[in-house]
Amino acid sequence: MDVANFLIQLLNSLQYGLLLFMLAAGLTLIFGIMGVVNLAHGSFYMLGAYMAWFLTAQLDSLVLAIVLGTVLAVALGWVLEWALFRHFYHRDHLDQVLLTFGLIYIFEEVRSILWGDDVHAVQVPEMVNWSIPLTENLSYPVYRLVISAVCIALALGLYGLISKTRLGMKIRAGAFNREMTESLGINIRLIHGVVFALGVALAAIAGMIASPIASVYPGMGSSVLIMCFVVVVIGGIGSVRGAFVAALLVGLVDTFGKVLLPQIAGMAVYMLMAVVLLYRPEGLFKQ
Amino acid sequence: MTTRRLVLTRSAAVIGAASTGLLLPQIVRAQSDKVRVGFMLPYTGTFAQLGVAIENGFRMALNEQGGKLGGREVEFFKVDDESNPAKGIENATRLVQRDRVDVLVGTVHSGVQMGIHKVARDTGVLNLIPNAGVHIATRAQCAPNVFRTSFTNSQPTLALGKAMVERGHKKAVWITWNYAAGDEAFEGFEKSYTEAGGTIVKKLGLPFPNVEFQALLTEIAALRPDAVACFFAGGGAAKFLRDYAAAGLNRNIQLYGSGFLTEGVLEAAGPAADGVLTTMHYSDSLDTPRNKQFRLEYAKAFKMQPDVYAVQGYDTGLLLVKGANAVRGDMANKQALYAAMRGATIDSPRGKWTMSPAHNPIQDMYLRQVTNKENKVIGIAQKAVADPATGCRMA
Amino acid sequence: MSAPKAQLEKLPRSMQFMLLLGALALAAFPFIPLTGGDFYLQMLSQMMILAIFAMSLDLLQGVTGMVSLGHAAYFGLAGYALAFLTPADMPISLWWALPVSALGAGLAALVIGFFVVRTHGIYFIMVTMAFAQMVFFLFFDNKALGGSDGVYVNFKPDATLFGWAGIDLENKTTFYYLTLLLLVGVYAFLRRLLFSPFGRVLAGIRVNEHRMRAVGYGTFGYKLAAFTLAGTLAGVAGFLWAAQTGYVNPELMGFHMSAHAIMMIILGGMGNFAGAIVGAFAFEYVMHFFKDLPYVGDFHLGKHWQLWMGLFIVAVVLVAPRGLLGLGERLLARKGDVK
Repeated sequence: MDVANFLIQLLNSLQYGLLLFMLAAGLTLIFGIMGVVNLAHGSFYMLGAYMAWFLTAQLDSLVLAIVLGTVLAVALGWVLEWALFRHFYHRDHLDQVLLTFGLIYIFEEVRSILWGDDVHAVQVPEMVNWSIPLTENLSYPVYRLVISAVCIALALGLYGLISKTRLGMKIRAGAFNREMTESLGINIRLIHGVVFALGVALAAIAGMIASPIASVYPGMGSSVLIMCFVVVVIGGIGSVRGAFVAALLVGLVDTFGKVLLPQIAGMAVYMLMAVVLLYRPEGLFKQ
Repeated sequence: MTTRRLVLTRSAAVIGAASTGLLLPQIVRAQSDKVRVGFMLPYTGTFAQLGVAIENGFRMALNEQGGKLGGREVEFFKVDDESNPAKGIENATRLVQRDRVDVLVGTVHSGVQMGIHKVARDTGVLNLIPNAGVHIATRAQCAPNVFRTSFTNSQPTLALGKAMVERGHKKAVWITWNYAAGDEAFEGFEKSYTEAGGTIVKKLGLPFPNVEFQALLTEIAALRPDAVACFFAGGGAAKFLRDYAAAGLNRNIQLYGSGFLTEGVLEAAGPAADGVLTTMHYSDSLDTPRNKQFRLEYAKAFKMQPDVYAVQGYDTGLLLVKGANAVRGDMANKQALYAAMRGATIDSPRGKWTMSPAHNPIQDMYLRQVTNKENKVIGIAQKAVADPATGCRMA
Repeated sequence: MSAPKAQLEKLPRSMQFMLLLGALALAAFPFIPLTGGDFYLQMLSQMMILAIFAMSLDLLQGVTGMVSLGHAAYFGLAGYALAFLTPADMPISLWWALPVSALGAGLAALVIGFFVVRTHGIYFIMVTMAFAQMVFFLFFDNKALGGSDGVYVNFKPDATLFGWAGIDLENKTTFYYLTLLLLVGVYAFLRRLLFSPFGRVLAGIRVNEHRMRAVGYGTFGYKLAAFTLAGTLAGVAGFLWAAQTGYVNPELMGFHMSAHAIMMIILGGMGNFAGAIVGAFAFEYVMHFFKDLPYVGDFHLGKHWQLWMGLFIVAVVLVAPRGLLGLGERLLARKGDVK
């Protein structure tokens, strides 16, 4: 592999990793702060993609669709937390696993009833629908750079929110010691609602912005869910920083694994996880 | 009695009553005079559209006979195969043992087919395969009661090699998913391409159902082949077409594929698919009177356009009709029934085809080029392509 | 770590009686004359095999409190073991194939357990899932191991013992009784284990692991032992599945299979093994029930069985957190009330 090829593969890993991060960030936040295992996280990604497809067709603009979709996702997250998840914070992880597993079935079927089972496409917005030539026969799509930029912006935004704002401070306090935070007069229920809605929105946004390059099809949620879990486990539950590092690592292993070791490429990421857990049973950046 | 107790006991009673009709065996099942046809198809999940198309096509063929088989009425039974190989045997057994079907039409997914095939061989029920291209069903494990009306996974690619070399593309990279269908498609490609004088520069694969193609597209660019040949289907195919074009590879490196690369995904792929060449036993745009007539009638009956799966379903119906007519509806006369189907020539919308000794179609493969969201037939890539039927004792 | 639930361990007399009735009914079933009888025999055999699988998970999850999303890996591995051990032209002997397959699965559980048991809580859940995925991909991606299409088991195991060929497993009724025998055997073994010193330590670990450690027990060793034993028993079930269906594929080791097992024991009630059996039967029955639903006008209810299944699961979690047996126990307890 020559230098140019290596650099391009590095770029590929980075882009995949950043997208994974956006998905994993929502999951790790919900785990870390509310202690809730949410297997339906992949379904939010799928719903985001389908919303993007449906709304773009109605509004004729991907950007508008993403804005509206985000609002809808936040609303959905809020309602789900209020109606269902709120009652499960003190329940066994097992019950949460079961509940969210049931939700996966429900979301898949609702999607099937509403929007059918076809494969759909979302058009890349014209403005960014071109490619930068890298070598004589390979170009890099600008839209992928846009996605990476959005992911980085969101990552910075998330970091800023959690570490530098009052809301972030309350969130961190609530995660550290819920009772104490409540007794200080902070509305912990509101915080939880916000965090859950944020997590759902992140997953949905990932689905929406990735939809032009990902294709929209049934089952897209489950394929991404397991990768998400692996990222969260490697990074450490509740650590957004950990999710970032882990997502990039997974991106690297997945990309270079496919190219250098195709026979075990399917297992490579899990082997990475096994190795990490051998030395750090609670992930790289345990809370 | 507390209200809660009342509710619980009453619900239990209702469920109990309701379920006596379901699942509990019928002690007496009236022997009806109808032919029992069982569909084991994907009615949910990623392949749901294919299941619908196949059943529609089959019913259309039967309706052309007034809805009868060999003069007898038909009773249908359906099971959703969930595209789950672990449930294949259980679902097939349900149709064969409980519903006692005379014919089992199924299925789409090769893993599930493995299960059906076992049941077919163990029970001797007539199994018509309307899609699954898994080799073993008409090779090492071929059986007199199993007929396929679709293709084997290597048939489309058996016709690809020559077409590529004829166009001057002598160095190619092959890419697909690392699973059975991908391996079997490669088998056909390797044979036909190397025999025609082409060189396979590299064989790339990624884990199924991974659709992160960027890494391998970069590899392809670095290898600088004349062309790329591939096997992908469904959502992954749409993504591959778009990623390939977005990476600019389509300007210098011609993309070829087994026809499924461009089946049912052209709407989703858009202009990215233009110029892609594929080989398959059918094309929606096939310009023959037979195909045009079929498409018109299908659209009238089902308010949607037919695809290759509908054609395969239709041909399955035609085949069964031929057999049933030959035995005048006496489906128990297996010798004559199988002989009639074995010797049938099917006047299909894809063109006339015959059944091989291993019970797989011998059919022409068309060379198609994507133009404006259509697979335009630009020629016949190879006539009368037959599967090698390695290891089949009937061949 | 979340709060432990009070679990049903000693079964009330009436429940024990019902279980006995159930066992007798299963034993008598083949004698009922039915059309399509063979299908129901096979269906019940399959439910019993899944019940054994569910019980093995109950040991791990219900008794020791370790929630595994990857238990099906051992189920599938034993099935594959049978498929690979069986030669192309003749059957293999049941008497050593079954122990070898089950122990093979147990060995895999021991190796994976070594990595996995060191984690706790949510980590454990996800790590077990990821390892199972790894095993899944190992088989799915490699043609040498059968690949995505799976492997046929060419012959059912041969039960000839010292020349006496009395038991023919090709006979569906014989196979049914073998399965029933193993079901009862595994149940009896596990009930014994539950109230043995080893079982009491496991239950203690579930209730409060720190306390057990403080008292001096090496919990890692006990947990690993439970994990391995559960894997071995799952292997027994997997072997039977492969022997019955004659076909193994990677999905047997997949995430969905594991998730179904979890749902079975939750539905039935965890920690007493009887719940696992009841849950396995109930779960399979409910699934068939939903799949068989008729049309309402143009809308095929049965087609969307996954939706009803999902709603059902959510309802169970909300309404009956201790499963059917838990509900049954509450009903029975009320009977004694004077209200």
